[in-house]
Amino acid sequence: MALTAARRPRSPWFAVRRDLSGGRTTFLTVLSFLVPLGLWCAISYVPGLWQPQMRVTSAGGSETFDLGMRVPKAQFAEENADLVAAGKAPAVGEPCNPVFLPAPHEVGKAMYKAFVTPPKSKGDKWLHEALLHSISIIAWGFGIAALIGVPLGIACGVWAASSRLVEPVVDFLRYMPPPTFGALALAILGINDEPKVAIIVIGILFNMILVVANTTRQVDRGLLEAASTLGARDRQLVTRVVVPAILPTLWNDLRIFIGVGWTYLTVAEMVGASSGISLFINQQGKYRNYDNVFAGIILIGMIGLVTDQILAFLGRVLFPWTGAEPGPLTSACRRLFRRGKS
Amino acid sequence: MIPDSATTTQDIEQRLLKIRDRPVVLEAKHLTRHFRTSQGGTAVALQDVSFQIHRREFVTVIGPSGCGKSTLVRLLAGLDEPTMGEILVDGKTVNGPGPDRGMVFQSYTLFPWLTVQKNVEFGLRMQGKGDNECRSQALQWLEMVGLESKADFYPHQLSGGMKQRVAIARALAARPRVLLMDEPFGALDPETRAQMQSYLLQIWQNINITIVFITHDLDEAVLLADRILVLGAADGVHPGGHLKQFMDVPLPYPHDVDVLRDPKFMAVRTHLDDLVHPRRELVRDRLPITRMVPLGDDV
Ligand SMILES: Nc1ncnc2c1ncn2[C@@H]1O[C@H](COP(=O)(O)OP(=O)(O)O)[C@@H](O)[C@H]1O
Ligand SMILES: [Mg+2]
Repeated sequence: MALTAARRPRSPWFAVRRDLSGGRTTFLTVLSFLVPLGLWCAISYVPGLWQPQMRVTSAGGSETFDLGMRVPKAQFAEENADLVAAGKAPAVGEPCNPVFLPAPHEVGKAMYKAFVTPPKSKGDKWLHEALLHSISIIAWGFGIAALIGVPLGIACGVWAASSRLVEPVVDFLRYMPPPTFGALALAILGINDEPKVAIIVIGILFNMILVVANTTRQVDRGLLEAASTLGARDRQLVTRVVVPAILPTLWNDLRIFIGVGWTYLTVAEMVGASSGISLFINQQGKYRNYDNVFAGIILIGMIGLVTDQILAFLGRVLFPWTGAEPGPLTSACRRLFRRGKS
Repeated sequence: MIPDSATTTQDIEQRLLKIRDRPVVLEAKHLTRHFRTSQGGTAVALQDVSFQIHRREFVTVIGPSGCGKSTLVRLLAGLDEPTMGEILVDGKTVNGPGPDRGMVFQSYTLFPWLTVQKNVEFGLRMQGKGDNECRSQALQWLEMVGLESKADFYPHQLSGGMKQRVAIARALAARPRVLLMDEPFGALDPETRAQMQSYLLQIWQNINITIVFITHDLDEAVLLADRILVLGAADGVHPGGHLKQFMDVPLPYPHDVDVLRDPKFMAVRTHLDDLVHPRRELVRDRLPITRMVPLGDDV
């Protein structure tokens, strides 16, 4: 009798709370970037897919059209009909998208050009200087917020008294939109970077206290009880149990708050003397250099994504006990880290 | 042969009497615990429980679900405050948890961020011992539970039985006077559970430790114990969990799995069963179910 080897059925792509295989994970990650990029390319490069306008390449006999001007297709046809009726040479043009949607290659070129082109006027900053300035605002704002918010949040999570004293008022404060503090920050802290940092701090701090307190309250009471039957005193319960127990979750909380910092950055940078990447984007918008605007926005996204991925990776190296299956790079770094410690 | 081994009935009785001559390590006096219920009333979890436990005794606590076993052991550990009554260790009243009463929980409660070895070191570090002493003692205790090869593993890399052995090593490493265990093997499969019972008996026979062991498994209670503390649930006479009987286990010593085949074992077990489940009729009570299987293939 012939034995047919039972073929294992392929596992489904959608299975509730199941992990995907490594290959599928990578595939989907790449796809999540490729889909919007592909759409953008299609709209930009496939003739007639959208292209509601005509770019004038030769004005012909027209007096209203200029070289390079973008006009709606209907208007272009109307004008040409008039020109032909009047016996003049018709204008020549090619279909194009509106100016606010530059093609990918234009944005790519703009991104490169923005880094290598010196600023127009002397006092202005290079793009990389503007970016570094933005990053430093976020670093200060996030750093100060974490320095206050993490200990205070832990205290609220550990002691009911701290929680009752701090959390009600913080709950009240966090509903005030940070930008509304702009004028106040300006009056108190001057027009330089200080009010900008203050707005980031306000944007992060209050929510951070509540989130860290909540994270702290999630610590398994059984661990605290076990520690106290092993002779741990109150102070040791905090330093030896609560803090190490929350570290992995706290790490992820902080990653999210760095992201929150970026969302308040544009508002913060407009307070007082405008600066940083927001100033760059706003100026380019005014000049109608939308390729540069896109370049700036995409840069922010890339910086955010890259820092977050680095932090996520560091988390896997630092907290091996969370049980996530480590990749080869993660295990190598863990070994290095362990050797460094001992 | 272990020095105080006993096989004949007379020997067994002699041995149990001699245990009574040992000093009292743990004493509960009129322990009572009331809980405030959400409806505003009070629930009596434990009512007036008193007993004495002697040095190196192995006491199991048994009783129906909800009779206050966990409440009792948490009171003994100092994790909960009695409404009335007091707890004495070596004759001195204790308040709150302390390293003199180690505890092993059903849910392991190992520190996930520490390796197995560091988990076992925890109690020693709390006592301010130096690095070298911590390490050598931890490894010694790990060896005792047969897990020295897992010293550098994290808890999530261990099986349930291994985790519970680490938890036992961790509790013992802090050198408690009494080891309190709340259904420690309740989450393990029967095979691992039998293995763990054997390990625990071996450990207990070889070190100076008094054990109070909660279980709801009758076999386990009889197999492990010198004496069994039987708690009863609320009934017409008692408002809540109460001490029903503190009975000797007159079985050959040292106990091991062979005890399970001893006819005296069945006698003790049956007696316990009647104490713990006094209303067996409840089980035989019939529900008013009508047959809904008109298939006609009953055999
Ligand atoms: N924190 C609590 N609040 C209110 N009632 C409780 C609390 N803990 C235990 N109880 C009650 O006390 C009784 C004994 O509980 P427990 O000691 O857990 O029983 P066992 O461990 O024997 O199953 C139960 O009726 C339970 O509902
Ligand atoms: Mg219980």
